[in-house]
Amino acid sequence: MGLLELRNVKKIYRTPEGELQTVLDLESFHLDAGEQVGLAGTSGSGKTTFLNVVAGILRADEGEVIFDGEDLALMSEGGRDLVRAQSMGYVFQTFNLLDGYSALENVILGMVFGPGADREYAQTLLEELGLGHRLHHRPSQMSIGQQQRVAVARALANRPKLVLADEPTGNLDPTHAAEALALLRDGCRKQGAALLLVSHDQDVLSGFERVESFTEINRAGRAAGGAS
Amino acid sequence: MISSILMIVRRSLRLHRLSSTITVISIALSAGLAMAVFSISAQSSRAFGGGKGGWDAVMGAPGSDTQLVLNTIYHLQTSPGNIPWSMYQELLHGEELSKFVKLAVPYAVGDNHKGYRIVGTTPELFTEFEYTTGKKYELVPNQVFDPLKGEAIIGATVARELGMQRGDKFKPMHGVIESSAAEIHDILYVVISVMKPTNTPADKVIWIPIEGIFRMPGHEFGAKGAKKEAGLGVEVPDEFKEVSAVMIKTTSPFAGFGLQSLVNREYPGVKVAWPVASTMAKLIKDLGWVNKVLEAVAYMVVVVAGCSLLASLYNTMNERRREFAILRALGARKQTVFAVIVAEATTIAFLGALLGFGVYFGILAIAAEAVQSMTGVVLDLWLVHPSLYWTPLGMLVVGALAGLLPAFKAYSTDVAGNLTR
Repeated sequence: MGLLELRNVKKIYRTPEGELQTVLDLESFHLDAGEQVGLAGTSGSGKTTFLNVVAGILRADEGEVIFDGEDLALMSEGGRDLVRAQSMGYVFQTFNLLDGYSALENVILGMVFGPGADREYAQTLLEELGLGHRLHHRPSQMSIGQQQRVAVARALANRPKLVLADEPTGNLDPTHAAEALALLRDGCRKQGAALLLVSHDQDVLSGFERVESFTEINRAGRAAGGAS
Repeated sequence: MISSILMIVRRSLRLHRLSSTITVISIALSAGLAMAVFSISAQSSRAFGGGKGGWDAVMGAPGSDTQLVLNTIYHLQTSPGNIPWSMYQELLHGEELSKFVKLAVPYAVGDNHKGYRIVGTTPELFTEFEYTTGKKYELVPNQVFDPLKGEAIIGATVARELGMQRGDKFKPMHGVIESSAAEIHDILYVVISVMKPTNTPADKVIWIPIEGIFRMPGHEFGAKGAKKEAGLGVEVPDEFKEVSAVMIKTTSPFAGFGLQSLVNREYPGVKVAWPVASTMAKLIKDLGWVNKVLEAVAYMVVVVAGCSLLASLYNTMNERRREFAILRALGARKQTVFAVIVAEATTIAFLGALLGFGVYFGILAIAAEAVQSMTGVVLDLWLVHPSLYWTPLGMLVVGALAGLLPAFKAYSTDVAGNLTR
């Protein structure tokens, strides 16, 4: 069953010189519910822009972005925010945890704008990821690997239908990278969430049954090298 | 959603605790100052504008009504001059004037003890006069001085500040203010009773029999060339006697008008200030511009506090762009981020206004002490003046307004651009 369907999607930016530059030109892409897909692509190929369009952070200038039966390209910004808050999780390469908040509070932030705060569930998630003893520590008091696990817990906190991951292991050493990836994939599997992960690391992508070359599917990236 | 906004606000205040604390303090100072200015201004106007009861009119030497009232009611400034004893007699027994008068009490000023004024008067001040409706001065013990003895009644402030009590003795000093060069009268007075506090200027006065003034060595009486020197055991004839003023309760408000018109028209060398309350009200009105300036300063201080709040928040907006982008990526709507900043500004203003009550009580306590020691008038620390709720409410509005610009900046944050910073 299709969870995500993109058709003829374009994202165009205006350069500082005033010229229009197409960074995303995608004929079609689909993702089934619960499916885990790896997207391979070089730096600057437009992968992050693609994820931001799927997440509704950016609006597609052309085409359809059908998520769970609704076209995000036709929605208002507030509508897309709500879809993201209720049905999507996002893991970033730089983790993007908030420094003033504890690990537990960071995870709770992943819920408050969607289903609402559930402190017990947030705590359970962190305990399942091996951070039960670090609940009240702030990101700056944790190791890089622990920070990424908090980011994974936050992405799963709103029980999403889709988790987007942008180079989630890019800042980790191989051991921690493999561990974080396993936790992310297991977490998605347990929740029945689909996973769309972009990476340039073949070791990371090798574990996925379905791997797409982003450079192949993004015509803009093929033509001009794109932008990330 | 409100609870999540409050959680974000709480975390932000914790994270920026130094700048938040400084801003809270600056708002507290301005809120406290504004409340104090409005409250003190209103209380002073009421206290000096006169309450119910008290004297209706004052007869004294020609000059300004204000000086006459300040000198006799508030025991401030110097007397505008003396008037003949005969005028007092005229008020009591004269065919023309006595019909207007319910009570007349003479005052003779010109001496002090350690800076506290000595006023010569008659026992009627304590036996007949009501300083506020239904209330006479209460004495402990209830003993009024003998008009012909060296006895004194001291006000509550005098007793407290000088540590004086019944049985203490003192020698009056010439002049209404203490001076090392002033002459000490060679006559001993003994305190026979202490007034209970009245929270009026009478609390800072030492009252002695007016005959004592007329028999005090060193005093000289009489006008138009003929002088008579006072001394122990020397009785000054009535035609030489003078008083500083005569305090008057009239038989009716119309009587006050009649008395003033008649005296000011027919009796050269004396005048009647009436009504006492409106004389002070006029003074307060004349000095109204001072209040206006103070109130304008208070408003400006509030605006400055609002600006400092705006600057403090606005300066953090650049470093917080990533925070807003993350919140947006987690699904926070633009309006939510906007509301977070406005709520943060309002919370800082609320905390400042709350702390402002401490500043208010501090300023009022100091001002009340100063006003009481200078004038005897007591400011009420616990009086609920409207500024005590309008100022904090105003502060919340100023806080919310100050948050608008930073909130708009947060609202406009480029999410995608700041997530990769």
